[in-house]
Amino acid sequence: MKSNTQLLAQVIEFIGYEADLLDHKGYQEWLSLWTESGLYIVPADLNEMDYLNTLNLAMDDADMRRMRVARLENGESVSAISVGDTVRMMSRVRVLEAGDDLVIARCAMTLNELRHGKLVTYPANVEYSLKPSADGFKLEQKVVKLLHADGFLRTVSFIF
Amino acid sequence: MSELIDMQNISLKAAEMVEEGRVHKDLYSDPAIFEEELDKVFNNTWVFVGHASEVPEAGSFKTAYIGRQPVILSRDRKMNLHVLQNRCRHRGATVCEARKGKTKAFTCPYHGWGYGLDGSLRALPKPEEYDGVFDKSELPLESLRVETYQGMVFATFRDDIEPLEDFLGGAKKWIDLFMKQGGGYPVKVLGEHRFNFPGNWKIQLENTTDAYHFPIVHKSFVTSLDDATADIFDFLDGEGFVEDLGNGHSVMVMIPQLVDLEEDLDQPIPARFEKLAQELRNEGKTEDEVKKLVRAAHGTGFNLNLFPNVSCSMAFFRVLRPVSVGETEIQHVALGGEGAPAPFNRKRMRLHEHFQGPMGFGTPDDGEAWERVQKGSMAGNDGWILVNRGMNNLHQSKDGNVAGSVCSETGMRGAYRQYKKMMAAGEEK
Repeated sequence: MKSNTQLLAQVIEFIGYEADLLDHKGYQEWLSLWTESGLYIVPADLNEMDYLNTLNLAMDDADMRRMRVARLENGESVSAISVGDTVRMMSRVRVLEAGDDLVIARCAMTLNELRHGKLVTYPANVEYSLKPSADGFKLEQKVVKLLHADGFLRTVSFIF
Repeated sequence: MSELIDMQNISLKAAEMVEEGRVHKDLYSDPAIFEEELDKVFNNTWVFVGHASEVPEAGSFKTAYIGRQPVILSRDRKMNLHVLQNRCRHRGATVCEARKGKTKAFTCPYHGWGYGLDGSLRALPKPEEYDGVFDKSELPLESLRVETYQGMVFATFRDDIEPLEDFLGGAKKWIDLFMKQGGGYPVKVLGEHRFNFPGNWKIQLENTTDAYHFPIVHKSFVTSLDDATADIFDFLDGEGFVEDLGNGHSVMVMIPQLVDLEEDLDQPIPARFEKLAQELRNEGKTEDEVKKLVRAAHGTGFNLNLFPNVSCSMAFFRVLRPVSVGETEIQHVALGGEGAPAPFNRKRMRLHEHFQGPMGFGTPDDGEAWERVQKGSMAGNDGWILVNRGMNNLHQSKDGNVAGSVCSETGMRGAYRQYKKMMAAGEEK
């Protein structure tokens, strides 16, 4: 049994790695972090937990994740071409459940996007369901709870 | 050159900036024109405030805007709908800030004046100082005139304009067809996406019946579709059309075979819809019901633009709100069926997420194009925006309206004709 400190360090390392991939547009590597059954979810209503039966901003299974990445990479999307860089700050990482089959963790994120020369900031709580594997973790579920999901967002051509 | 207008010396009225086939770029960027629009357009016509399914029970409410004015759509105990100005009659604070919910009363947070669901002033703390000053019945939340069509709720500040159904006119037929996508169940709001873009509201108004942009702006969306669906979205060379329905409304039919979702129900279910069909069979639906639901699930083959602030677009409502001359808020309202099988509504939501909203595969690219139009409107001292595509290739529709090819700008010209008429009102003297 690992000590909580060891597990926390592993989770922090994974979250930092994933954030680095996304900020540096390492989308193919990001796709490989997922289990085939994994779900990437950005809820539109923070009070809803039944994501499948609720309208979300994004609710990507494996196919939708691949299509989302293709859209960001294939040069056909005028908004994806126009998007500048993102820098995300991941902090306040806490392991909520530490099972042998699933580790559930939560952290704070501030994503900064430079868009048409203007800085747009997205604070969020991010919830991770991680499957331990021989070579680290796989993403089973990632839920990005944007602080202003309920408000009027700017359009998004990157991955939270 | 006749196209050049000396903006230094001539103060053009907004109505004069609209010609048949072109509109002046200052309509997107002049703050004075924007203020005038809120008064002359939004305060003087029927404005969409919500769908009846958003306030399903006695006590249900949602907040909305008519132009810049905050309002509440509520349902009283007798199930009547009300649209109330969201402004306490005492000092003027809003009495409700929630997006939606259920309540017995609206209470002003400032001095505690309480209003009923119909807006009536019910109670106020320490009323004795008002003895002989006024009677409570004199100070309800101010009500707007409300009328509905097919569950769509519209309100207006004007008591003397035509009934809603007359205003909708030729659009009613298309609203009826649009509502068939409930698949035999009443259409119900399932949720909504909200986003804003740094641009003028008329840029979005123009977009709903603009098919010309679709294969360019939405190339990445079409690439993400299966081949059969991508073929359906390759509609510019098809039999579609755009029809001016009068009063600023227009319809753009992209996929004629999906105009009436209750036709062609004897066709076999395409292989790509088989997964949904099987889920519906597993729910105990008969094959006839399955066919009807599968055909309805993907929405209609047309976009209907209702002047000035809402469109019925394939499978959703798109509602715009002008915030400032260079900022517009948009709601993409997802629709499903009230009491419809869960797999049907789930499919509808997944389709909505795929294209719509701030993270969809379509909307961000629309937003980018709209933002570029707004930025471009600042270039130069003078300039016109062209809406003259297909002007010389028009025909009469079977309903007797002016119509053009699917990628003509017939719908925009119809909207701008109504805009011009409203902006010119009161200036003919």
